[in-house]
Amino acid sequence: MAKTLFEKLWERHLVKPETDELPAVMYIDLQLIHEVTSPQAFQVLRDRGLKVRCPQKTVATMDHSTPSLPPDANGTYPFVDEMAEAQVRKLEQNCEEFGITLHAMGGPNQGIVHVIGPELGLTLPGKTIVCGDSHTSTHGAFGALAFGIGTSEVAQVMATQCLLQRKAKTLAVNLSGKLQPGVSAKDLILAVIAKIGVNGGTGHVIEYRGEAIRALSMEERMTVCNMSIEGGARAGLIAPDEVTFNYLKGREHAPKGKAWDEAVADWKTLVSDEDAVFDQEVFLNADEIKPMITYGTNPGMAIAITDSVPDPRGEASTVKALDYMGVEAGASLLGKAVDVVFIGSCTNSRLSDLREAAQVMEGRKVADGVRVLVVPGSRFIKDQAEREGLHHTFLNAGAEWREPSCSMCIAMNGDRIQAGQVAVSTSNRNFEGRQGAGGRTFLAGPATAAAAAVTGVITDARTLQEVQHATV
Amino acid sequence: MQPFKQFSSKTVTLPVDNIDTDQIIPARFLKVTDKKGLGAHAFADWRYNDQGQPKPDFVLNSNAAKGAQVLVAGDNFGCGSSREHAPWALVDFGFKAVISTSIADIFRNNALKNGLLPIVVDKTFHSYLMEQAGQEVQIDLEANTITCGETSRSFEVERFARYCLLNGLDQLEYLLKSQNEIQAYEEAWA
Repeated sequence: MAKTLFEKLWERHLVKPETDELPAVMYIDLQLIHEVTSPQAFQVLRDRGLKVRCPQKTVATMDHSTPSLPPDANGTYPFVDEMAEAQVRKLEQNCEEFGITLHAMGGPNQGIVHVIGPELGLTLPGKTIVCGDSHTSTHGAFGALAFGIGTSEVAQVMATQCLLQRKAKTLAVNLSGKLQPGVSAKDLILAVIAKIGVNGGTGHVIEYRGEAIRALSMEERMTVCNMSIEGGARAGLIAPDEVTFNYLKGREHAPKGKAWDEAVADWKTLVSDEDAVFDQEVFLNADEIKPMITYGTNPGMAIAITDSVPDPRGEASTVKALDYMGVEAGASLLGKAVDVVFIGSCTNSRLSDLREAAQVMEGRKVADGVRVLVVPGSRFIKDQAEREGLHHTFLNAGAEWREPSCSMCIAMNGDRIQAGQVAVSTSNRNFEGRQGAGGRTFLAGPATAAAAAVTGVITDARTLQEVQHATV
Repeated sequence: MQPFKQFSSKTVTLPVDNIDTDQIIPARFLKVTDKKGLGAHAFADWRYNDQGQPKPDFVLNSNAAKGAQVLVAGDNFGCGSSREHAPWALVDFGFKAVISTSIADIFRNNALKNGLLPIVVDKTFHSYLMEQAGQEVQIDLEANTITCGETSRSFEVERFARYCLLNGLDQLEYLLKSQNEIQAYEEAWA
């Protein structure tokens, strides 16, 4: 029988199949760990006298509570408070006690958990990958079944390398056509979420398909899969292809030599069969997608940047959201004054994102009164960006060039916006207070964020580039 | 864990759709390394003003909310982050059940592991519960029913999670008993 990619991944990982009474026992190939959602799980193991079953299939980093400023001359990090430091120290102790590899601050491989997994070649097609973090969906870009779990489940995987799972439904998101110049993967995924709604994917695993997806780079595919959870889907998948294999070849943990050839041969089978049936399908034409921006308090409330804020038609939750955001139905967002621009997060902190932002900011200055934070997703990216000189572009413009961390996406490390402030952010959540209590977040791609940085207002970056071309 | 069978409680209502886990517990309260006392921060940004004083017009600060163990909220409750701190905070606040027309996947899974029953009901009954804010409801997990006044509905809970709740068991125990199968799987796929 024809199978979807999800079904193939599901079947490969069944330790015990599901029954009416019992969920399936699913084997997990890789668990990623960070400081926020792991301490209580380690405590469960300690309380029960259990070990981590497969320390070699468990990899830790620190990213949420870590400062985005470097240590001082004595090597002391500027933690936001004692709790943040204690949480980071706890992770160090736990990894030491349970024998888990930790990519700690200052180390060559530290970074946002969903950035370093792929970078190190830990994320591979066909794997099941979990992390106590909802943006684990990122890794699905490689054809891995990857999803976020709670801390109780983190403990389950630590102790047994397995999870109890009910089989998800499948949702095919088909993207025909091709993204137009000036339109990014972030715009694509915001358009998808705007179409399916913030809970359109609940209970489903999304597979992104079609020529517009095939044309994306690996980094762009990660941006797309990253935000699957913002449409309610725990996981997003893209079938692996030559783009995937080229990205992975030679990475530290990727197979080598004969094992590589065998792996690629196997990975090529990880596609949905031609006549496979999905529980649901939606269709979008990438030709028609424009640069997107959110106007409300969930990522489904997104419009083309040239459109007007839709009429809430009296719907109470939407009225509340528009009021919180300080936007008016029927009005354009273009020209709205901006206080802060954040370029970073597991959605948009990779090299191609930084290059896209730098292209807009090159030779320009940050507008008066605007604070701009550029936070690379990993040490590797930071170093590479500096080799390319991107940091000069940001620093010369007047932006802050920070250390790898989640930073202002989740505002746990002291990087945050103030109540009432307007931020254009390349992160993934515009929830009330997400970037700081009372703050207003407008989600967009790196070019749109950079355009807001240099103009001080919400701006269609395409018009900016036209101006630039016209004056050459 | 305590077995979860049936209980009665008045409701408290939050008629807002898409309440995300950042609202249930803002990220700045996630720097803890244990689970204790998170109820103090439940809905912190809706509950307290800039000076940390309770906002009198927020429902969870009202007398009506005191002792309420059932939260009736708008559609797609618990969307967003995977933080289990969200159900920890709600349970610590005193809730034993949350009711909505839909509940986000990760939140639902987390809630079920912490003795917080996620109940999905149809729109008609949901509207009725919203109108009957503060009324007593009877929730019976053995019968899978929720009753408010003369009106009753059945609800569905994943069968194994329900079994664990009814018997006060936790799922890790079951996984630990699957060691032989896990080992066989590892050997087959090594």
